[in-house]
Formats: sequence, structure tokens, C-alpha cells
Amino acid sequence: MPHREASSSLSGILLAPLRGAMAIVDIPMRWVQRRLGTGGVAAAFLAPNMLIFGVFVLFPMFLNVLYSFTGGGALYLDSRVFVGTEQYETLFECRDYLDPASCREDRFWRAARNTAFFVVVQVALLVAASLVTALVLNRKMRARAFWRAVFFFPVLLSPVVVALIWKWILQRNGLLNAMLSEAGIEPVLWLVDRNWAMFWAIFVAIWAHLGFYTLILLAGLQAIPAVLYEAAQMDGTPRWRVFTRITLPLLWPSLIVVILLALIRAVQVFDEVFVLTGGGPGSATLFLVQYIYETGLAQQARNLGLAAAASILMAAVLIVLTLVQLSSSGWRERKEKR
Amino acid sequence: MTGVLAFITRRRGGAGWHFTDVLAWIWLLTGLVLMFGPVVWLGLSSFKTRAALSEFPPTLLPYQTRMVEVAGFDEPLPLYRVRAEDGTERLMVQIRRIGSMAQMADPETPGETVRVPLQARDPVRELQLATENYTEPFERLDFLRFFYNSVFVTVVATAITLLVNSMAAFALSKYEFKGRTAVLALILATLMVPLSVIIVPLFSVINGLNLFNSLWGVILPTVATPTGVFLLRQYMLTIPDELLEAARMDHASEWKIYWRIVLPLAMPAVAVLAIFSVMWRWNDFLWPLIVLSDRELYTIQVGLNSFQGELNVQWHYVLAMTVVSMLPVVAIFAFLQRFITTGIASTGIK
Amino acid sequence: MSTKGMFLAALGFFLSGTVYAQEPVELRFLWYSDGNEGEVMADLLARFQEENPDIKVVLDNVAYTVIRDQLPAQLEAGEGPDLARITTLKDLAPHWLDLRDLIEDPAYWEENFGAYLDWMRPEGSDMIPGYMTQLTITGPFVNRTLFEQAGVELPGEGATWDEWATAVKQVAENQGIPIPLAMDRSGHRFAGPAISMGAKFIGEDGEPAVIDSGFRAMAERIASWHGDGIMSPEIWGSVSGATLRGANEEFANAEVVMYYSGSWQISQFAETIGDAFDWAAVPNPCGPEACTGLPGGAGVVGIKYTEHPEEVAKLMDWLASEPVLKEFYERTLFLPGHAGLAKAGLDYKSDNPSVKASLDTFVKEVGKLAPLANRMPAWDWANISYAAIITRLGQVVAGEMSLEDAYDRIEDDIDQQVSEAKR
Repeated sequence: MPHREASSSLSGILLAPLRGAMAIVDIPMRWVQRRLGTGGVAAAFLAPNMLIFGVFVLFPMFLNVLYSFTGGGALYLDSRVFVGTEQYETLFECRDYLDPASCREDRFWRAARNTAFFVVVQVALLVAASLVTALVLNRKMRARAFWRAVFFFPVLLSPVVVALIWKWILQRNGLLNAMLSEAGIEPVLWLVDRNWAMFWAIFVAIWAHLGFYTLILLAGLQAIPAVLYEAAQMDGTPRWRVFTRITLPLLWPSLIVVILLALIRAVQVFDEVFVLTGGGPGSATLFLVQYIYETGLAQQARNLGLAAAASILMAAVLIVLTLVQLSSSGWRERKEKR
Repeated sequence: MTGVLAFITRRRGGAGWHFTDVLAWIWLLTGLVLMFGPVVWLGLSSFKTRAALSEFPPTLLPYQTRMVEVAGFDEPLPLYRVRAEDGTERLMVQIRRIGSMAQMADPETPGETVRVPLQARDPVRELQLATENYTEPFERLDFLRFFYNSVFVTVVATAITLLVNSMAAFALSKYEFKGRTAVLALILATLMVPLSVIIVPLFSVINGLNLFNSLWGVILPTVATPTGVFLLRQYMLTIPDELLEAARMDHASEWKIYWRIVLPLAMPAVAVLAIFSVMWRWNDFLWPLIVLSDRELYTIQVGLNSFQGELNVQWHYVLAMTVVSMLPVVAIFAFLQRFITTGIASTGIK
Repeated sequence: MSTKGMFLAALGFFLSGTVYAQEPVELRFLWYSDGNEGEVMADLLARFQEENPDIKVVLDNVAYTVIRDQLPAQLEAGEGPDLARITTLKDLAPHWLDLRDLIEDPAYWEENFGAYLDWMRPEGSDMIPGYMTQLTITGPFVNRTLFEQAGVELPGEGATWDEWATAVKQVAENQGIPIPLAMDRSGHRFAGPAISMGAKFIGEDGEPAVIDSGFRAMAERIASWHGDGIMSPEIWGSVSGATLRGANEEFANAEVVMYYSGSWQISQFAETIGDAFDWAAVPNPCGPEACTGLPGGAGVVGIKYTEHPEEVAKLMDWLASEPVLKEFYERTLFLPGHAGLAKAGLDYKSDNPSVKASLDTFVKEVGKLAPLANRMPAWDWANISYAAIITRLGQVVAGEMSLEDAYDRIEDDIDQQVSEAKR
């Protein structure tokens, strides 16, 4: 049974209590295994994670569903008024669904449109850039650790810091405009122009998360046995073929994770954009989560029922997106296996 | 020298430069400028005084106006370069400013004052690091306490995360059981619930469980990361089942298999998750903000936020403490990096 | 129980009683700071604790957003600190502790804080919840050095908004300043000038009646000033919704000629502007109806759910006493929310001539407030109205919406939120 030995004495000492603890855990686990079989063991392994999920995420989300059927100004569920589907009706009251200005909750529909655009563009660019970066970093190179750190650095920053840095750079007399004036180009009010604001929101979101997905893809690339590449090289297979026939298929599980996570995170974009543009100008970079946050928590203008309804809709869209993505990738996997 | 050049220019294929090599280098260099540049900017700006920070256009390096001790004045006076009407330049100190004229004098002869229009003078600036931005929060405010709280939360949460997530990933990747897809879907579902959306119900849950205003209340809800489970699961899927079968035939318990075989083999992914977890917990802001009420329990990010009043942000402290708050995460990242490189190649079972 | 047992029980009871009696009462005081008021308060509290060793006060100096977002949730759960410094006094009024029966001299409170008590208690109540840490008034600041350098005369008292607009445009063109006129992106700032133009806000029955000719007059000006380059879209047209966006940094950087904000900026300007240029508060510009700003402020209140109401009252009595309050106002450079001190005058601790002059101007502005302006902080629907106004007018400035549509939307938004709140 191949496993790692703790060779040096220091790590041996440090790991000893850990190994002792694990040996102790083994005892009840064996009992579970005997009594309940492998199904029970699986359940035992899953239990801690699912318990925490259940209590701290699923249950509040369920409460949120209840909130979406209530109205009134009170914060806690028991003091709120039941209003049935009124909040959903308010959200869907539109003369023309493609024109937010004709809707009662115009800001919700603007936010929805902006989010849709953002998701499509940002995820595509982000995944492509992460893939390229991972491929570049996977090459034989010196100081790979340094280059990996370079790309990963922004991920270490909190969203507020990310947004602040870029806000400075993009201000009227910020670094970017200063460099442009040197080159003789007129400075631009980057974050006050509707189109540029969206561009920068996408750019900053990619900047902040590129390293994260690159790391995942890199781990996936490293799991591909070098033997395969060597064999392909001996066969004289052209690079492009190597990529499509070896790399891509074996990287597929990691790619799915990356696309999925990027999608889900893109729909929920909030932190960086909120600090960078605050949803402006007007509502050019207003995204769904900010709309929900403002509707549900903004001082005095708080409408928790409406916010809850909007968040349920957002979750519904996410679920559909994810199912579509998963089933199409599952189809791919099956196709590959044949 | 040729050795160094050889290091830098090593590339795929070994022989000539393929165009992919060029592209790769362009990508790397662009990445360096784009990724590091703004962060370097952050670092430089953290040494500027508050006044210097709100200056536009911003200077690259932290500058402050040179102050000169002048006989007859208690406080040092700022030094300026003054352009006289005949084009000559003199160095003078400014005694005071009245309207759009400044009363200035030669530092050698402070008694003779001259009135100079504001436009005719430029400050003499020198490189000076406002290190008080770094020391004051620790001295005057409770930053050391915040630091400790953050370390505690991060270390404990990461340890629990690694354990709990890997257990769940193991179950989901190596066992077939009824409801496996349902569980996977459920975990996915939790990804779709951003915190900002469930704040109010979550607050009532925390209150009900008596976890309000405690560091454990900050830790526990965050450890079951769906990203972590997915990451580890995808990696564990690539671990050959034959290994487990062999171990089972040797009468190893499932727990032993998990602990002795699967977990060590999943080290690259575990290391990645460790880095992510440290980063997430260290940068967590909204959640500790909701749970913690006593200032002594604040984590660094929440403490940073306290530098913001309703109408006012103390940028100089925010920047400096942000740099400080980045250091541990960077250190962990550097330390764990090498685990990511050890691929599955080292195990070679077949 | 055996005699031994009873003896032990009695001993235990006695011991626990003495231990309990020696423990000081701990009061948690939730606070936020814009300038130096946190330090001043900590100083004062240290003195209070010296005089009262049986009371320990912990000052939780947090970010403003904590008080705005987290405290309401705590209060609704029946939890929270023992005292807090709050700006949303009216909205959360049901949670305040009534000090009337706990303080030494209610008459003193009535006399000196009476004018502002309605701002912190529910409609029709006569409770005494607390006192104002500062009175604030909205009003303009100008960069006097820029006016001087441009050779344009500063419009005097009684000048109208249009006269000011022309003057600042001249100065800006002459000096190359990007933002001639800036106003904080806030419905609260907009209200004062709107009232000067004749807006009535409060309808017959206390319900909102926001869109009227006075309102339109001011809204049209804001829109046209943005079109003419007198105001820049980077303030009002930047963020979304009701998010506040101040222009204090731009003003401190001499990018703004005239900045409509309020008295709370004085202490901050003293620090960030230093003596880079001469700045001053000027009287509120006039409209046909008035030359008014809007009063407001933050106050310290006791929380209803405290376990130590008597100690809270003791602390409040001490903090609200004349000598303590005088020191507080003088060191923080705040306008006094205490009638006696306002009449007697304060000796502000600042060497900066701009500071003293500006504080004097604002103190005079207090006397010139329109009666309607004084009613606004006590009006239930004020904040809802401000949020709706700024959200929609912000969209107009950003080019997303026409003024007419904005008027309709503002009315719809306010109706919707008022009916939600009333459910």
C-alpha cells in the first residue's frame, strides 16, 4: 500500500498527535462500516459537511423563500404580513419585458439585463484567459513559482482593495489618464461613461479572479501524466493535436469546475463592482445582487419581501444555468467515452 | 551570463523559438505589469500621508514637502522653489499664506519677508515614508488584537475545512450510493446563494444558536465550502479505484483508506484548497461583520472597515493595514506552493 | 437539608452576593467617528469612569455602516448595546429608552434639547430618549482663493441660486476648474434648496406630496446645470440607487469652486485642506420662498433593552451636562444641539481662521431655517422621500431617464414604500 512516510523527525513529531487522533477516529468509523455497510460509511463522511450546509445555508435560503411571500417593514419573519405572490407579481409587471423602462420595477430588469451581459462576456473571457495562463505556466520553466505568484496575487486581495486600487487608477486624474495625456490623448472619465464603466467592471472582475481559476486548471494540467506527452512527442504529433486530443479531454473535469464556478460567481457579482462603480453611472453597472441588497437592506427604503422574491428568481436562473451546463458536459463525457 | 540567459530562455522543444514561446513570454510580461503594477501602487501609496493621498495627480513615490528648521520659529517651515519675475529661482520657506499670496523668506534671513503669488512657487519635495501609517494602528488602535483574532479564525477554519471538505469529497467521488446526484446538486445549490442575499434569515439562525458575537460563530458557518468539495472531488476522481480495491483486499477500513491513501494522493488539490481557505477566511468581511459585535473580537477586515466614518475614510490607515493584512496570506501561499507542483507522476502504481 | 448544608448554602449566597456587588456594571456604547469625536468621547468617558468607579463604559468605535446595517437587526431581535450614537433617530425611535423617569432633571432636558426631541421619538410621544451629539445644517462651502484669483466677487447674502451658478461658472472657466458646482449625491442635500424654491414635501395629512412646482424648479436646475457643465456627472451621475457620494475629496483638492454639503465637513476640511487655500461656508443661496438649508444631526440615545437603565441614565445625565457638552462641542467643532450653549456661544478649539468663520456662518444659518426645514427631521417619510428622489434624479443626470418620467417614478417609489411600511 503506497503512502507517504514522514521521514524527518520534526514532521514526525508534529504529525504524531494527528496520526493518533486519526487512529482514534478509525474506531467508530469501523463500527459504522460494520453496522451500516459502505452506504453508511459514505453517509458518515458526508455528514459534517452537509450538517453545516443545512443549518447555515439551506435553512436560511428556505427562510428566504418564506420571506418572499411576505410584506411589511418588520425584520423578523414572525412579525411580517403574508401577502401571497404579490411581490413576484410586482417584479413581473411589465408592458414589454425587453424594455426595462416600461416595467414597474425598472431597476430589477435593468439589473437582470446587465447581469446577463456581464455573465456571458466575463465568463467567456475569464475562462479563456485562465486556460491560456495555465498552459503558459505549465511549460518547462524556471521560477514557475514566481510567475504563478504574479498571476495569483490579485486573488489574495480583498474585493474592497481590488476596487479601490482600480478606482484610483481610473479616476479623472488617475494613473491611466496621466499616462494617456503623456501620449497626447484626451483623458476620459472612465467610470462615468456607461460603456466604459461596464468594460472596467468586467476587466476588474477578471483581474481579481484570474489567478484562482488558473490555479485550478494548473492542478488539473499537472494531473495529466507526462508519459502521454512524451509518447506524443515520440510520435511526432503536432502541438495542436496534442492539445485537442490529450490535454483538453483530460482537463475536462477541471474545466467544468472552472466554468461552473465562474458562471455562478459571475451571476452573483457584487463586491468589487459595488465599490468600483456603485452600480453607476445611473444603473449601467447595476447587477442583481446589488439590486437585492439595496432593496432588502437600504436604510428605510427596505423592502425585504421584494428583495427575497428577486433573490429566489436569481437562484432559479442559476439552477437552470447549472443544470444546462452539467447536462451538456455530461453528454460530452459520455460521447468521449465511446 | 550565458548560463543565466539559458535559464531565462528555456522553452519547449529546446531548439528554435516557436511562435508559441514568443506569445507565452508576451503573456507573462503583460501579466506581470497588469497584476503586479496596481499592487506595487498600493504598497507605495501606503507610505503617503493622508494629505498626500488625496492629491491629484498622484505622485508615484511617497513625497512630502521638505520642512526646514528656521531660527525664530517653533515649528519647521515648508520649503519652496520660487520663480522670481526675472526668471531666477530661489529656495524660500513659507511663513504663511494669505489669500493668493504667500509670505516667504530666505531660511538664512527669516526677518526679510517677501510676498510671492501662489502660482510662482513649487514645493521642494523629498522622498519620505510615512511609517506612522503602519505603527499608529497598532499603537493607538487594537490592531494587534484584530490580527490575533484573524489568525485564530483562519487557522481553525482552514483545518476544519480541509478535514470536512475532503471527507465529503471522498464520499462523493469514491462511493456509489442512492441520492449521490441529489447531494451533489444540493451542494451546488449552496453555491448559488450569495451571502448578501440571506443576511437577515442567517442573522436569526445565528442568534437562535447562540453563536452571535463569538469567533466560533464566525468559523462554523464558513467551513463547508462548496468550491472546496468540488475541487477535491474532481481531483479524487482521477485517483484510480484499483488502489482502493487493493487496500480493501488487505482488510483496510474505509477510514484508513481515506486517511492513508486518498488524502495524501490528493495533496496538490488539498494544498490549493488550503491556500484558498486561508485567503477566504482572512478576507472574510461581511460575515464577521454580521456576527461580531464586541470590538475585541473583530477580525482584521472588520477592523479595517472601522476606519470609515459616515462621511470620511482614513485612507492612509486603510492602505497600510491592507498591506499588513496581505502579508500572512502571501506567506502561506509561498509556503504551500511547492505542494501544488508534486503531481500524480510521483506515485506510478501501474 | 442538614445544618451543614444550610450553612454552606448561606455562605455561598453571602459570598456570591459580595462578589456580585463588587463587579462594576459594564455599559456598551456603540459609536462611530468622522473626525476626532471618538477620541474626545473616549477622553470624557475616562473621566466619567474615574468619578464613577462602579460603572465601566466600553466605547465600541465602529464603522458607520455597522450602525446603519447591523444595529437595526439587533434591535429588532431585542438585543443591542446599552447606548449608541445614531443618525436615523426617528426611524428606530421605538427602540429607545425613555429616560424621563430616570434622569435627575427632566426640565433641564426639555429646556435645552426640547427643539430636537421630536426628531428622536415616535409621533405624539413625550419621551426623552437622548441628546444631540451635533446639530448639522446643510449649506455651501466656497473656495475663496479661486474667487480671488479669478477676480470674481463672492455673491453676498441674499444671492439666488441662479446668481451663484453664473458666478461659479465664471470662476471655473477663468481658473480651469473641472467642477464649478458640486452637491453631495443625496436627497437630503437636495431638500433644502428645493424648499427654498417652494417645495412643500409634506402633504395635508402628513403624507408625502413631493412633486410640486417648487420641487420641479430645483430639479430642472439640477438637470440643466449638468447639461451646461456647471455640475459634473461624476457626482450625481456616478453610483446607483440611493448610494451617497460626497464631493469632499474633490473640494479638498481644489477641483470644485462651490460645494453644497453641510457643517459636519468643517473639522475634516481643517485637517485635509490645511492652509492649501482659503475656504469658507457661505449663507444658503436663495429661492423665491426661502434661503434655507436642512437641519439634522446625530444623537446619543439609550437602548430600551438595556439591563442597566439607571446606569445608562446616570451616564446620559453626565454627558448632557453643560460643562461636559461644552467641552465636547468645542473640541469636535460641532454645532451645538443644546439651546443654552447655542445662545451663550462656544469657544471652538481651532487656530484655523476658516474654521471659526465657517462655524459662525452656520450658527447664523440655524436662525434662518425655514419652518418647513425644521419639520423635516421629525417627518416619518423624510428618508423614504430622499432615497426615491436621489435614485431617480441620479438616473436623469446619467442620461437614463427624462425628468417627467423621473417625477412619476419618484411618486411611485414613495407610494410603494410608504404602503409597505404601513402594512
